[in-house]
Amino acid sequence: MINLFYISTEIFLSLSILILLLIGVFKKKSESFIYNFTCIILLVGLAININLNPQFPIDLFNNSYKIDYFTTLIKSVILISAFLVMLCSLNYVKQNDILKIEYPILILSSILGMLVMVSSNDLIVFYVGLELQSLALYVLAAFKRDNILSSESGLKYFILSALSSGLLLYGCSLIYGFSSSTNFDLIYQNSKSIEYGIIFGIVFILVGLAFKITAVPFHMWAPDVYDGSPTSVTVIFAILPKIAALTVFINFLYGPFLEMFDQWQAVIIFLSIGSMVFGAVAAIGQKKLKRLIAYSSISHMGFALAGLSVGTNEGIQNSIIYLMIYLIMNIAFFCCLFMLKRENQYFDKVEDLSGLSKNHPLLSLSLMIILFSLAGIPPLAGFFAKFYIFTAVIEQSMYFLAIVGLLSTVIAAFYYIRLIKVMYFDEQKEKYDLNHSIGLKMILVISSTIILIYFINPNIINNFVLDITLI
Amino acid sequence: MNFPIISSLILLPSIGALFLFFINSKNVTGIKYVSLFVSIINFLISIYLWLIFDQSSYEFQFVESRVWIKDFINYKVGVDGISILFIILTTFITPLCILSVNSSIKNRLKEFLIAILLMETLMIGVFCSLDLVIFYLFFEGGLIPMFLIIGIWGGERRVYSAFKFFLFTLLGSVLMLIAVISIYWIAGTTDVEELYKLGIDPKYQNLLWLAFFSSFAVKTPMWPVHTWLPDAHVEAPTAGSVLLAAILLKMAGYGFIRFSIGLFPVASEYFVPFIFVISLIAIIYTSLVALMQDDMKKLIAYSSVAHMGFVTLGLFTFTQQGVEGGIFQMISHGIVSAALFFSVGVVYDRTHSRRINDYGGLVNVMPKYSILLMVFTLGSLGLPGTTGFIGEFLILMGTFKKSFLVAAIASLGVILGAAYMLWLYKRVIFGELTNQKLLKIIDLNKVELSILTLLALGIIFFGFYPDPFSNTYSVSVENFLNEYNDKLNNYNLQNQ
Repeated sequence: MINLFYISTEIFLSLSILILLLIGVFKKKSESFIYNFTCIILLVGLAININLNPQFPIDLFNNSYKIDYFTTLIKSVILISAFLVMLCSLNYVKQNDILKIEYPILILSSILGMLVMVSSNDLIVFYVGLELQSLALYVLAAFKRDNILSSESGLKYFILSALSSGLLLYGCSLIYGFSSSTNFDLIYQNSKSIEYGIIFGIVFILVGLAFKITAVPFHMWAPDVYDGSPTSVTVIFAILPKIAALTVFINFLYGPFLEMFDQWQAVIIFLSIGSMVFGAVAAIGQKKLKRLIAYSSISHMGFALAGLSVGTNEGIQNSIIYLMIYLIMNIAFFCCLFMLKRENQYFDKVEDLSGLSKNHPLLSLSLMIILFSLAGIPPLAGFFAKFYIFTAVIEQSMYFLAIVGLLSTVIAAFYYIRLIKVMYFDEQKEKYDLNHSIGLKMILVISSTIILIYFINPNIINNFVLDITLI
Repeated sequence: MNFPIISSLILLPSIGALFLFFINSKNVTGIKYVSLFVSIINFLISIYLWLIFDQSSYEFQFVESRVWIKDFINYKVGVDGISILFIILTTFITPLCILSVNSSIKNRLKEFLIAILLMETLMIGVFCSLDLVIFYLFFEGGLIPMFLIIGIWGGERRVYSAFKFFLFTLLGSVLMLIAVISIYWIAGTTDVEELYKLGIDPKYQNLLWLAFFSSFAVKTPMWPVHTWLPDAHVEAPTAGSVLLAAILLKMAGYGFIRFSIGLFPVASEYFVPFIFVISLIAIIYTSLVALMQDDMKKLIAYSSVAHMGFVTLGLFTFTQQGVEGGIFQMISHGIVSAALFFSVGVVYDRTHSRRINDYGGLVNVMPKYSILLMVFTLGSLGLPGTTGFIGEFLILMGTFKKSFLVAAIASLGVILGAAYMLWLYKRVIFGELTNQKLLKIIDLNKVELSILTLLALGIIFFGFYPDPFSNTYSVSVENFLNEYNDKLNNYNLQNQ
């Protein structure tokens, strides 16, 4: 008897999607209602998910689906950040004419896909989840269909993503061929001896996943897609798929392929160094904030991967802390972007920030805190995120990785402080509107306060990950 | 003693800054009085701390320790005879900086004072942290307010200078971060007191020493990574320059004593020739560069590099005189350079020029200013009877014990120091009053007079009577050197 209680979050989300679709079809002008209702659904889903909190790992569906503390935590993080994203982009969605009934439903289905990805313990289940997530995101990227940039970004994302999915599937088939199973646990048992077929399979799967988290050299799509998509979709790209894909990284690397640690470690280190350095260098010349944050997130993913490359529990835990702090900083950053509007027109160039500090002191103060934190300057939260990662890296005496990583933070600091320079040192321009929704303001204030005062008691966030033991 | 006096010293300026944040920025007098009040209270607390400090003990006193990050880092602060003086220097200079904003800062006063108060918190934190990670946090955290102070309220090339300051310092200190984490894994703790007891495996010391050095060398600043300092000094507003010269540079000197020498004695001994050479280059080369400057602030900035060269020279002699001289020179330079930058600020506020050629004959119109600047000039070049003399004399004495040649070359630096300072004084104060603008210049007002007089009295008083300082640190330094020699002898015995 399969205990369906443990997947009640997924069931709840699926039913909600179906019901919302019905409402959307039969009730006219129900866009706002569906949007608001989706926010509530996400909250209820979060509540259900927290309520599960299994004391011991649970396997479902012939061991192809697993629920434990780690997956529950990540699912909660995904749900809560999806809720925050929906809340802060509400006004943007309304004013840019992309509030159709499909919009919130697509977001919900991509979140459902992520939840399935996170919990999957089988290659097929994992792939189904990944595709559900990606397909919804392709449509979302092109959602502003009259806008040529948006259509382009959707198409670009679709084609390149399809390619990477192909590589990933090929990797899966290799793994299946050489270990005669698609189940993670069975793969682990059958792949103790090192065979080249499996190693090739791992590399192909890693390539497909690296594409999803925009690790160098599979990052090409990110700046264009980030820039072309509507900002409310960019914020989703910047946060949600990365959490899910990085979790899958962890599930793969420290699940079925744990024995192959020596083989895949070099790949992860390469991805990590490439992302950290390239993300830092390439962002310097950017003139648009969304492209800049795309490169910045490439670089941040490099740091998260550095934590995974060490092969210890601390490394995994610290990567997850990094991810949590990263998502707080990014949500806050996008809140600031949503506030740069004048008469229903949104601005996203670096020069649009000039003199912001005179007109909007509080907004620029929060943005400054966020940027210093992204740059990793103590005592802000971003510093601790990097500090933990390098603690784990240096424990394994991987000094080269640590030195390259820290030097790349210096390069990255340059473009972050350039934004601060534009805000604080340059001449002021016209004022922006002040009529933002309370939700947006609240999220910005709370998240930048968390970033600012995280150092007072770091244990509050750290305690979440202490129970994660995968090795 | 259960009251957390050190934590309150650290926290009070931040609380003041938070309070300022909620005051309406139009209420200018209110803002000034609040920040001045907070910083003076902090000064009084630090004086109280000095009074109840037990000078006969070399142990860390008023130590507070509590868990911060579970199983990893403890928040630990405390003072010994060396660090307490730097804390007093900080709390003494900050109120003067706040007093000086009257004439120099025109816009965004509230934000400026918030930045200064946050700076004070971070600087005090640096001097009393007894954990490497905590130290790093305070040390690096100072970048943010200082970057803003230079960038927002600075001169024409402020953006360039602010970026240079930020990136140089950050680049230097990321390597220190790696070293700190490495120490955690090598020795199992980042607690400084325990690390002193445990010692660090000599085979790692050289690399760790270099990593710490890269950070402190940038901050000191030592030749050849000193180039950010003149730019930062020139463009920063007066109060920013003062904080930078008087206290920020001392963080590195303090770091050399507490961490480089204290934690890595074997490596320090190994690198002595290296330090001597670049200190000498700093002393001679930057003195010569200072001679050629036509910008007053730049000249003083280069003189700071030269004086800090003396400090590193003294510290790495590992003799009682040398180390004591280094510490005294830092305190003395803290007061003297602050005074010099205040003095430049005074004339800059009136004429908006820092070029030496625009001045001349100021003695005719600003007699009070001329007298006080004389005292500071003499203090800077180390005339007997001023604090500068004691520091330089002790350092040279310590250096003679180690090497005659080094001491002889360093003495040349003293002469050069006298040359550029006296020449500066001559060109600014004496001569014909050619610039018509200067005819209408007014002498010091009450606030400026009181700031500068206070500093001048300090320079002369402690120049004649250095005992209050030297009594405080001598026991600590003695013990510090004993431990240093013990560790070194142990190492040499093991290797024989």
